[in-house]
Amino acid sequence: MDFTPTPSQTVGPFFHLGCTEHASAGSLVTAATRGERIRLTCRVLDGDGAPVPDAMIEIWQANAEGRYNHPEDLQEKPLDPGFSGFGRLATDENGKCTFATIKPGRVPWNNGTLQAPHINVSVFARGVLKRLPTRIYFAGHPANVEDPALALVPEQRRQTLLARAEAARPSEWRFDIHLCGENETVFFDV
Amino acid sequence: MLKITPYRRHDPSSQPASLYEPYRSTLLRAPRQPLVLLPHTLSEITGPVYGHSDIRETDNDLTRQHAGEPQGERIIVTGRVLDDNGRPVPRTLIEIWQTNAAGRYRHHNDNHPAPLDPNFTGAGRTLTDDNGVYRFVTIKPGAYPWKNHPNAWRPAHIHFSLFGTAFATRLVTQMYFPGDPLFGYDPIFQSIADERARQRLVAAFDLATTKPEWALGYQFNIILRGREATPFERNGK
Repeated sequence: MDFTPTPSQTVGPFFHLGCTEHASAGSLVTAATRGERIRLTCRVLDGDGAPVPDAMIEIWQANAEGRYNHPEDLQEKPLDPGFSGFGRLATDENGKCTFATIKPGRVPWNNGTLQAPHINVSVFARGVLKRLPTRIYFAGHPANVEDPALALVPEQRRQTLLARAEAARPSEWRFDIHLCGENETVFFDV
Repeated sequence: MLKITPYRRHDPSSQPASLYEPYRSTLLRAPRQPLVLLPHTLSEITGPVYGHSDIRETDNDLTRQHAGEPQGERIIVTGRVLDDNGRPVPRTLIEIWQTNAAGRYRHHNDNHPAPLDPNFTGAGRTLTDDNGVYRFVTIKPGAYPWKNHPNAWRPAHIHFSLFGTAFATRLVTQMYFPGDPLFGYDPIFQSIADERARQRLVAAFDLATTKPEWALGYQFNIILRGREATPFERNGK
């Protein structure tokens, strides 16, 4: 038998039917969730800078302690029972969607040093034949300068991976995803 | 130190290009910069265990989700989800969506003037069993026109979404039906340059799956990325 991985195909414009109409996950938190509450608004833009109103954004993140809710995360850090770490939303007519979540803690890099707090992101859309993985970092976090994944990114492009807090509302974070064009977001080969 | 066993990287020829000009939507939506190669860390080898709690009994039978039976050709679509080491991927969520028999999605953006079917939503979900096996009962979807180029029609297909075991294994794809005359004209299918890779998206008609006097059967196996080292290798055997 042939065990070559199955090819990817675009999610198309009608994914809401199977993925987000009845199974979206915009709020990752409950009253019991530990950690600093944030609202994270993602906006997806095409190569002309126009909003992409038919994208699907998935996020995957560690809890406030820096532990993933997954059997292979064996760190001796507490799990937060009510926190799955997964979110999924469709963008609206302005290309936006907003997650209610917490700031993740730091998770280890493979040599035992720590990564800066980040959220793992998958972008799907009509016209996107393969899922686009990226990461959201938090502008101004002191650990960003020593993050080993950011260090792999050409310096002038690192800012595309930074969410920025609103000056007047520090729990409101914005992250623009440019699929292509002048400010193309860094996407990873995961 | 953490012992991380990475997932195997894709052979690029097994996958579509990002930018495929005949598929016009890629022009403004495909990244042009090279992807940044990311080593696998805890962030990539973990992933959501999602959707296990809220699966209803009729979620894998799209012909039983309404008061009456939908129009069209009843089919069974079944197969196994395996990793590229040939091992089953158990208890993982599969979500599907599709048109009805007339080629119309139950979706506000679908303007194709074909009838909606009050007895068909076109969405299903299931978990693979301990052997990686899944099974849906549904209606054969129809071809439909789209505006990519003059007289453009999509071959009949079912969208599949799978999580697998990790962020690294996430897959969204489409399953096609054997012998479709539209394959050669469909830029989404043709975005995969390699003919053998394209054929991995085509289900196989299977008489053994076919239920007499009831429904045609199709087999569609899905292969997700597997680990670079097998547990046997890890144990030094």
